[in-house]
Amino acid sequence: MVFEGLADKLQQTFKKLRGRGKLSETDVNEAMREVRVALLEADVNFKVAKDFIAKVKERAIGQEVLGSLSPAQHVIKIVNDELTALMGGTQSRITVSSRPPTVVMMVGLQGAGKTTTAGKLAKYLVKQNKKPLLVAADIYRPAAIKQLEVLGQQLEVPVFSLGDKESPVVIAKKAMEHAQAYARDFVIIDTAGRLHINEELMGELKAVKQAVKPHEILLVVDAMTGQDAVTVAEAFNKDLGLDGVILTKLDGDARGGAALSVKKVTGCPIKFTGQGEKLDALEPFHPDRMASRILGMGDVLSLIEKAESTIDFEKAQALEKKLRKEEFTLEDFLDQLQQVRKLGPLENILGMLPGMGDLKKLKDVQIDEKQVKRVEAIIQSMTTQERRDPSLLNGSRRKRIALGSGTKVQDVNRLLKQFDDAKKMMKRFQGMSKHKKKGGFKLPFMQ
Amino acid sequence: MGFFDRLKDGLSKTRKGFTEKIEQLITGYATIDEEFLEELEAVLLMADVGVHTTMQLIEDIRGAIKAKKINSPEELRPFLAVRIGKILNEGMVPLARATEGPTVIVVVGVNGVGKTTTIGKLGHYYHDQGNKVLLAAGDTFRAAAIDQLEIWGQRIDVDVICQSEGSDPAAVAYDAVQAAKARKADILIIDTAGRIHTKSNLMEELKKIHRVISREIPEAPHEVLLVLDATTGQNAISQAKLFKEAVNVTGVVLTKLDGTAKGGVVVAIKADLGLPVKWIGVGEGADDLRPFDPAEFAEALFSKN
Ligand SMILES: Nc1nc2c(ncn2[C@@H]2O[C@H](COP(=O)(O)OP(=O)(O)O)[C@@H](O)[C@H]2O)c(=O)[nH]1
Ligand SMILES: [Mg+2]
Repeated sequence: MVFEGLADKLQQTFKKLRGRGKLSETDVNEAMREVRVALLEADVNFKVAKDFIAKVKERAIGQEVLGSLSPAQHVIKIVNDELTALMGGTQSRITVSSRPPTVVMMVGLQGAGKTTTAGKLAKYLVKQNKKPLLVAADIYRPAAIKQLEVLGQQLEVPVFSLGDKESPVVIAKKAMEHAQAYARDFVIIDTAGRLHINEELMGELKAVKQAVKPHEILLVVDAMTGQDAVTVAEAFNKDLGLDGVILTKLDGDARGGAALSVKKVTGCPIKFTGQGEKLDALEPFHPDRMASRILGMGDVLSLIEKAESTIDFEKAQALEKKLRKEEFTLEDFLDQLQQVRKLGPLENILGMLPGMGDLKKLKDVQIDEKQVKRVEAIIQSMTTQERRDPSLLNGSRRKRIALGSGTKVQDVNRLLKQFDDAKKMMKRFQGMSKHKKKGGFKLPFMQ
Repeated sequence: MGFFDRLKDGLSKTRKGFTEKIEQLITGYATIDEEFLEELEAVLLMADVGVHTTMQLIEDIRGAIKAKKINSPEELRPFLAVRIGKILNEGMVPLARATEGPTVIVVVGVNGVGKTTTIGKLGHYYHDQGNKVLLAAGDTFRAAAIDQLEIWGQRIDVDVICQSEGSDPAAVAYDAVQAAKARKADILIIDTAGRIHTKSNLMEELKKIHRVISREIPEAPHEVLLVLDATTGQNAISQAKLFKEAVNVTGVVLTKLDGTAKGGVVVAIKADLGLPVKWIGVGEGADDLRPFDPAEFAEALFSKN
């Protein structure tokens, strides 16, 4: 089940077609088969994927391939553009009521991440100098109220609760009075997870809605959700009329096709994404990044943005130059490792790279502090010549290096393999960024 | 209600979506043609079976049609039931039990899939069978996770070993194993914090818990159960793979089958990774856990009524 990035697959599919003028129907059909598989593997709903493909096909056939792009790149550009458009061109925000408090209600299936997200949202608002009130209306799950209270303590945000004996409607109403009395300008209601087919519990949410008239009803959706995402979103939307969606658990390797499905059936914008368990791990939604993630092309833009703020800019430019001249050495590799380490957990970063979403490859490159130290020791045990030209490293040299760095020959071998992989990956990067306008590290199809 | 009925009842939603569609398919077509196969492919894909496994099943069907093993749409359902049942059934082993001393079960999975709830249900199941059961609150990370398990302990009348929030989960596991030995418990079920399978530091933490347990009881943990949410799509494969690599998962618990999601990804997980489903969750109550029986599962999926 190894999933290769769509970009890779399309490059392969189109190898023979390089340099042709127009995209023929056969070309496009062949490409769309790959796109379809990519979408399905990303858990985009079957029907949504079908409609999408039909639309893209129509657009792509007969198109002139731009001079600077390969046919594969051109098709990816079209697919990417359409996906981005489908997920709602631009970011959208939370509506703020002109007459506070603004009431936000979190709804969703069990285990989607509502309570944590409520906490994150409170933190997000506090940062903007707002005064949120968290409301514990999950009276069913054991210790759900306590969970919200603990989060409230951590955030120093008040939590309104009446225990688990009062109905959520009563809790919500009283919470509103409380918010008025204490001049809280946001009310965030955490509700119990429920199945969309549970009429009784869906009725309860309707009653809460009726009672406090939320400005924002946000559906919390797990990014790992499969085909059922449409059914769930449709049901919640039908019963409650959603205002937005929050996509959680995007810090894993889920490709997040649910985003597309949910957007398609509800028409609601995705307002935030959850990127981790920490309370500040709430980020705005970027349709363009989500598009490349769904396509398995990695969240290149996020990485670039992150890298730009962390990595030493001059070094990065020097590196880019080296890459272009294919002079990337083990020294640079070490330097890069050390820089990348500053970006945060490495698996997150690597997951953002094209072709790196695949875990099998990722595993080889997964590096912890200890390993970075080991890599350091190994590279430092090499001669300058060896660092510049690893092909010199025959068996006896490798043995010497292992001895010198206090590691095993296998460690040296592994490092060289990693270096090789990195080089390959960068080559691909470079290949794709050849046509970019000046500056930046952008793929040609990303405006 | 007999077991079979209960299973069917729990699965009725799963079965409905899936079999109704197959039923529609079968009654809607006189012969199996390309269009029919395409429709069938859609049914499987929408059940989260996944592209890879679906393609394989369709290939199998094509082969069977060629070999005249399937001659009409009518014969397709039994063929598929047998085929999927076989995938799910292969290499099934009964639930492990320690030859002597406590049987240790560790429950792992990503966030929110239903680990703690499953432990409540599982504890209830073993307790009901007359075992002395002990639970361990190994999720020391999520706010109020310990309280959640303690409430389950009270609910099912079983003791819970715990430390304070933020303490080392391996230390909790150690304490729990000692307590299980001292109190002569038959079953010890250890909860763990939800973790995204790609975070290597958290997976290391899980390995450490595993090591601590094995040091105290060499054959333990006897079962490492991976909880998967039936709502999850293809990412479940990645979860299964990485958890298996880290802690040698012995089986899967498929939760939330009371919803409309089909959980078809377990077929792929079994086919690709050899990980069998052992239990299914069909609700939030203590009784809402069923042993997974592949034959019955496949049967219930495809049975006519
Ligand atoms: N409908 C349904 N909900 C479940 C099932 N199993 C667990 N849940 C719910 O899923 C949510 C998350 O469960 P929890 O046990 O806290 O997940 P954990 O984070 O993996 O420990 C809770 O609201 C549970 O009640 C199930 O089989 N069916
Ligand atoms: Mg838990």
